[in-house]
This record gives sequence, C-alpha cells and structure tokens, in this order.
Amino acid sequence: MTNPGVTAPHHAGFVVELEQFSGPLDLLLHLISEDELDITDLPIARIADQFLAVINELKLNQAADYLEMAARLLRIKAQLLLPRRLGEDEWEDPRAELVRRLLEYQQIRELVDWLGHAAARRAEQFGRGFRPEPPEAPPAPLVIELNDLLAAAERVIALIPEPVLHRVVPRPLDVEGATARIEAVLATRERCGWRDVVGDRPTIVDMLSAFIALLELAKRGALRLSQQGPFTPIVIQRESPREAA
Amino acid sequence: MSPLAKLLEAALFASSRPLTVGELSTLEPEAGETAVHAGLAEIRDAYAAEDHGVELVEIAQGWQFLTRREYAEAIDRAQFALRPRRLSPAALETLAIVAYRQPVGRVEVDEIRGVDSGAVIDKLIERGLVDVVTRGEGLGRPLLYGTTPQFLEILGLRDLDELPRLEELSVALRPPAPTEPE
Repeated sequence: MTNPGVTAPHHAGFVVELEQFSGPLDLLLHLISEDELDITDLPIARIADQFLAVINELKLNQAADYLEMAARLLRIKAQLLLPRRLGEDEWEDPRAELVRRLLEYQQIRELVDWLGHAAARRAEQFGRGFRPEPPEAPPAPLVIELNDLLAAAERVIALIPEPVLHRVVPRPLDVEGATARIEAVLATRERCGWRDVVGDRPTIVDMLSAFIALLELAKRGALRLSQQGPFTPIVIQRESPREAA
Repeated sequence: MSPLAKLLEAALFASSRPLTVGELSTLEPEAGETAVHAGLAEIRDAYAAEDHGVELVEIAQGWQFLTRREYAEAIDRAQFALRPRRLSPAALETLAIVAYRQPVGRVEVDEIRGVDSGAVIDKLIERGLVDVVTRGEGLGRPLLYGTTPQFLEILGLRDLDELPRLEELSVALRPPAPTEPE
C-alpha cells in the first residue's frame, strides 16, 4: 500500500445503495476506483476487509454471489500469506484470475455505457406505426389441483433432512497440563525441541495443547521460540530474567 | 424522383419496421438490388434536401423512415408515441456480453457478470432482443444465445460491425493517484 499520508481516504461517510451494484464484481470495481487503487497490484487484504464491511452493511451477506466473492477474496488473501518456496519460478500470483475477471468486467461496463448511450439516441426518433409497449405481463394465475398440491407438499416434506445432532465436548484441550510439562522440561534444560514437549506419539489434541501453551509462555516471556525457516524444527529456549530486561 | 424511388418510398411509408434491400427488391424484381440501392439514396437525399420532419435512416440491416431528433420531445409529451422503456444496467451488461461473445451460453454470461443471469436473459428474449441461435457442444448441449435484428433496431445500428471494437476501449482503471515525491 502506498503513502498513508496522502491516501488517508474518506471512509467515514461511506454511503452506497443496493441497486447501485449489479453484482460483486461491480462492487469490487467501485471499491477499487473509489480508492484509486492499481487494479493489477491489488492490496487484497484491504479490499477483502472493505468488501466484507460493505456486504455486511448492505445486508448483501445473504446473497450467494456476494458470499462467493467474499470467500474467494479471503482464499486469495490466505494464499498470499503462504510462504513461497525459494527458487520456485512458476509461482502464479493468486490474484491473477481475479484481476483478469475484473478487467474483463470493466470492459463490459464500458460497453454498457456505449450501448446505453446508443439506445438513448435511438429513442429520440420514432418510426411509423407506433404501438405502445405492452405493460409487463403479470404472472399467470396459478392453476393447481388439490392432488398436485398434496403431492408437492409430500415431496418437500421428504426433502427435509433429519436433524443432525452433534455432541459438544467441553474443551478437550489441556493447555494447563501442557504448560506444566513444558515448564518441567525447561527447569532441567536451557533449550529443547518440539518432540521434548509433546512426547513421541502425540495426538492432535496434545499437539494443539502444547502449541497454545508454547505461544502463551512465549507471550509471558517465559521462553523464546525460534525457527530457522519455514518447516524447520522449532527451538524452545528458556528466557532468563536478565535477558528479558 | 424516379418511379422506382417513389415505389420504395411508398413501401417504406407503409412499413412499421426497417425493410432490407432484399425485401424491397421483391417490389420490382426486374430492377435488381443495385437500382434499389440507388433509389434509396435518392429518397434519402431528397428528404434531406427538402428539409422534412422525417428522414430515411439505415438501421438494423434495412431502411426505415424515422422522425427527426428535434421533434422527439414534443411527440413524446403529446403521447402520440412514447420512448421505449429504458434497459436496466443488468440487461445492458447481458446484452453487451451476448453481442460480443455470440453464440454464447448462459454459464459464460454468469461467469463474466459474476451473478446469475438466467432471469435477465429470459427478459431479453421476451423483448425480442436476444434469441437462442444454436446449441453448444458438450454436456447437455447448452442453449447458445445471440442478438436479434430488434437489438440493432433499438440501438440504431446498421449492423454488429458498428459496435465499438474491443481494442478501442480504455480497459484499465485509472492508475493510482500520484503520491508526493520521494
């Protein structure tokens, strides 16, 4: 993102109308042009946040098309956060597909202006034999037999799924236990590894508990976590009071 | 005006829609299309030179008498004729996609617009601006849509070639605002 000093925008009075947008791409283009962003180098995190804020505000979050776009934006945002493998040349910008669609849609919007203008000009001339356009036909009256209605109702009822019941287990994570274990290990050794705190055959719950405990202890300043690079072993080191100061 | 031009004038006056050169040629089969073209030019020039309230316009691959622009307001106000209903942005978007991608299936229209377009396409078919032109290859042989002569007519176009070429559009959005010098 560019210069925060200059681009401090006018987000406060953000007023938009539902009819103003003919779809999620339209809304996205609106956000992009409003902030004068570079479409080929989209700040996805920022756009995703704004998009979510607007669809919440406009209660568009019921509309599947908008939700789908919101999900897509969040996925791209997540993909951008994933580490890239070094020396990987074919890395494709996860934004590329979205940018292509936005440009294509932008082109359509320009054509819409052109077509609208052409139609307005044509409407200034009348041909012979004017017949008023028929008013929009109301929907045909519903004609239905009682048996059809009953059969339809049965079909709908048959589609109602059995309610699925979940058992909710109260917090299986044992962060306190994991904290105690880590503190015990670090009481005897200055540094240790991941295996030392989770044991040889950890369950997924053990690992999650240990991980949360480690983060919590690191936050408290009781230990320090380091890692050489992505996917390399985690080193857990006791933080001495002197260093902490 | 030549006898053929007067005959053409009468036929065009009688018709409530644009007539193609092919259709007009059936009035006088011996004359041939070249003569019809010449006759049409003769009428058009005569109406232009004599300063009439109507003009002969080439539209939707045919020819039609239309009132001159400057009288639209008065005719509209008096309700002798009314301007057609405006097309919604959704309808125009869909028309643009169909016009440029035809023959095109619904899925592709949905994809480009980012929203379900079935209802809009149905409306356009109802208004006679779009129609099924063929079926596609592949699963379910989807219906493919194209624009109709009526589409050209409501836009006042002679033919599809009058639509702007895609290269002429300024596709990119405005670049980011210039920031202060670094």
